[in-house]
Amino acid sequence: MRARYAITLTIGILSCIVVAFVMDETRTVSVLSFSLRYAVPLILAAMVGIICERSGIINIGIEGQMLMSAFAGFFGAAITGNLILGTMLGVGTGMIMGALLATGAVAWKMDQIIAGTIINILATGLTSFFYAQGYVLPAITPTLRIPGLADIPLIGPVLFDNGLFTYAAILTALVLWVLLFKTIWGLRTRAVGEMPGSADTSGVNVQRMRFINVTLAGGLAGLAGAYLSIEAASNFDRGMTAGRGFTALAIMIFGAWNPIGALGAALFFGLANGVASQLQADEVIDIPQQFISMLPYVLTIVLLAIVSGRVKPPAAVGKPYEKE
Amino acid sequence: MSVTDPAQTDLGFSDPDPARAGRLPRVQAIAIPVVSVLLAFAIGGVLIWLQGVNPLYAYWVLFQNALGSSEGLIRVMEKSTPLILTGLAVTVGLRTGLFNIGAQGQLLVGAIGAAWAGYNFQLPALVHIPFAILFGMLCGAAWASIAGALRAYRSVSEVITTIMLNAVAIALVDYLASRPLKEEGQPITRTPLIADSAALPDIGIVPVGFLIALLVAIFFGWFLTRTTQGFRFNTVGMNPSAANYAGIGVRKTIFLAMAVSGALAGMGGAIETLGITGRFEPTFNAGLGFDGITIALLARANPIATIPAALLVGTLRSGAATLQFETGIEPEVVDVILALTLLFVAAPIVSRLLFRNRAQKQTSVSSGWGGA
Repeated sequence: MRARYAITLTIGILSCIVVAFVMDETRTVSVLSFSLRYAVPLILAAMVGIICERSGIINIGIEGQMLMSAFAGFFGAAITGNLILGTMLGVGTGMIMGALLATGAVAWKMDQIIAGTIINILATGLTSFFYAQGYVLPAITPTLRIPGLADIPLIGPVLFDNGLFTYAAILTALVLWVLLFKTIWGLRTRAVGEMPGSADTSGVNVQRMRFINVTLAGGLAGLAGAYLSIEAASNFDRGMTAGRGFTALAIMIFGAWNPIGALGAALFFGLANGVASQLQADEVIDIPQQFISMLPYVLTIVLLAIVSGRVKPPAAVGKPYEKE
Repeated sequence: MSVTDPAQTDLGFSDPDPARAGRLPRVQAIAIPVVSVLLAFAIGGVLIWLQGVNPLYAYWVLFQNALGSSEGLIRVMEKSTPLILTGLAVTVGLRTGLFNIGAQGQLLVGAIGAAWAGYNFQLPALVHIPFAILFGMLCGAAWASIAGALRAYRSVSEVITTIMLNAVAIALVDYLASRPLKEEGQPITRTPLIADSAALPDIGIVPVGFLIALLVAIFFGWFLTRTTQGFRFNTVGMNPSAANYAGIGVRKTIFLAMAVSGALAGMGGAIETLGITGRFEPTFNAGLGFDGITIALLARANPIATIPAALLVGTLRSGAATLQFETGIEPEVVDVILALTLLFVAAPIVSRLLFRNRAQKQTSVSSGWGGA
């Protein structure tokens, strides 16, 4: 049933896009590009949530993991003068933050939501304290135009003429789907998140699996953070993640803990925001700017209210594993 | 199924294993927060030292400014007032198994509500002050009830909704203060000044708002351990299925607890408006809600212990500006110290260092995740 709704919705949206494209080519392309860029950190962060929750660990600290990585990525790139080094620093910082959550939530069996909240507050404090002005990036992040494909009308300029992070985000979602559902790692991860007792009995080291997955997922949060500061803003601002880590969790739920579902949900989310800001910019709708800035947050709440109870989280999520 | 008497568990921490649920030995209950704070100060001291300032001098400036004069003491009391109330807001949630990260938004909504009630009416002070405070509480409760209703009746985790509602509240109050409730003829985004009859007075050097916050904390200390409704909150927090089995309406209790939590945060905003700022401006104290989380966990979800925890945070916050003025240290060092305090007090780091057993009870707020 769910799949049918999703397919109907997707076809509906795609036909609207085609109609819009026929009516106004440049605007449609610019709205879609905006939407995709808006969705990039959400896609990556939603994947973090999926890996963690599929392993049985709630990660409410994605926001803080992204913020720390955005910080490390930007200042790393600005000081070393190398964007790649900065990005790697961001990813590394994300993994350290992931390991921190894993230490609290897996090794120490803390309440997972409290462990994640500590990460968020710690990240806010540290990045505000060490924040410094006057740093600039050595270069603009390059875009990669895929020859041939980029010349297709509508699809080309939107999908195949992007920054590297955008490709990375979409690839991550697709690869994660394969990993989760077609590999031994995926089977074990899902087992650890659904029935850790049975997984343990069949020889999977539950604690180690969870620890490693949460740490690796932190690396993706790091990539999302590096995207925000290095590519999207070319700057670091205090609190620049602006709730995206939490929105990503709503997207994860809306996508039913499935990477492809979450990819679709994140794109839908980006599109809603892209259309709203274009309407506002064209003065088609005259609503105060504050209501436009509320939109992503209100939409998150509405999505959660609609979808909750219809999708089931991994059975063991939030419960520390105690060996019988 | 046995339900532990909440009077026996002044920590409000539930434990999945009933045999282990119970009171933490008093020595540990006091030692863990104290050592956590000291450890956080030590690491904060290293950060200060790395900036080329003697940490002992910096801390002396911080505390001397806050506690060394009557003006300093007044400032500490003023700063601590909303902190006690947001700390209580988080505490009531934790006791009921809810994690209200939205105290910030509820506080803002309560503050602008109280500002409106304060300037829009002309009443005798004895009526006006309680009316404005109650109206602020009502606004905070209504705001929290969005998350409360979604959690109770649609099984949506309050963790995400309350944090989203924070962002919505920031935009909403900014809109209200810049359009419908704006002071006319002023270029600045702010509401008109409240009427004199709505302003909270001082008794000697003690702000009345501070006294109200103390009384509310004591009231909740009594309420959560000695009343039937408090018992319901605790029981739902410790074991929702046992609560359901015992005939407690779990959904109704969750909804009510969230509304009470929001009312407390709203009260914090109302008192801040009526006692200190006198009007609502969007630059209104950001971050108070997150300090509430630190305070509630530092106080181990005990309403009375919220008072010293809030006083500590209030002292640091009120001294931070002077610290920067005197030593050049960024005031955000206080954020780092508080975050580290939270880390040490909530993670079993200190309890492992001090006491070999893993005696520290864990607050459990993860049960509502994903509609369990």
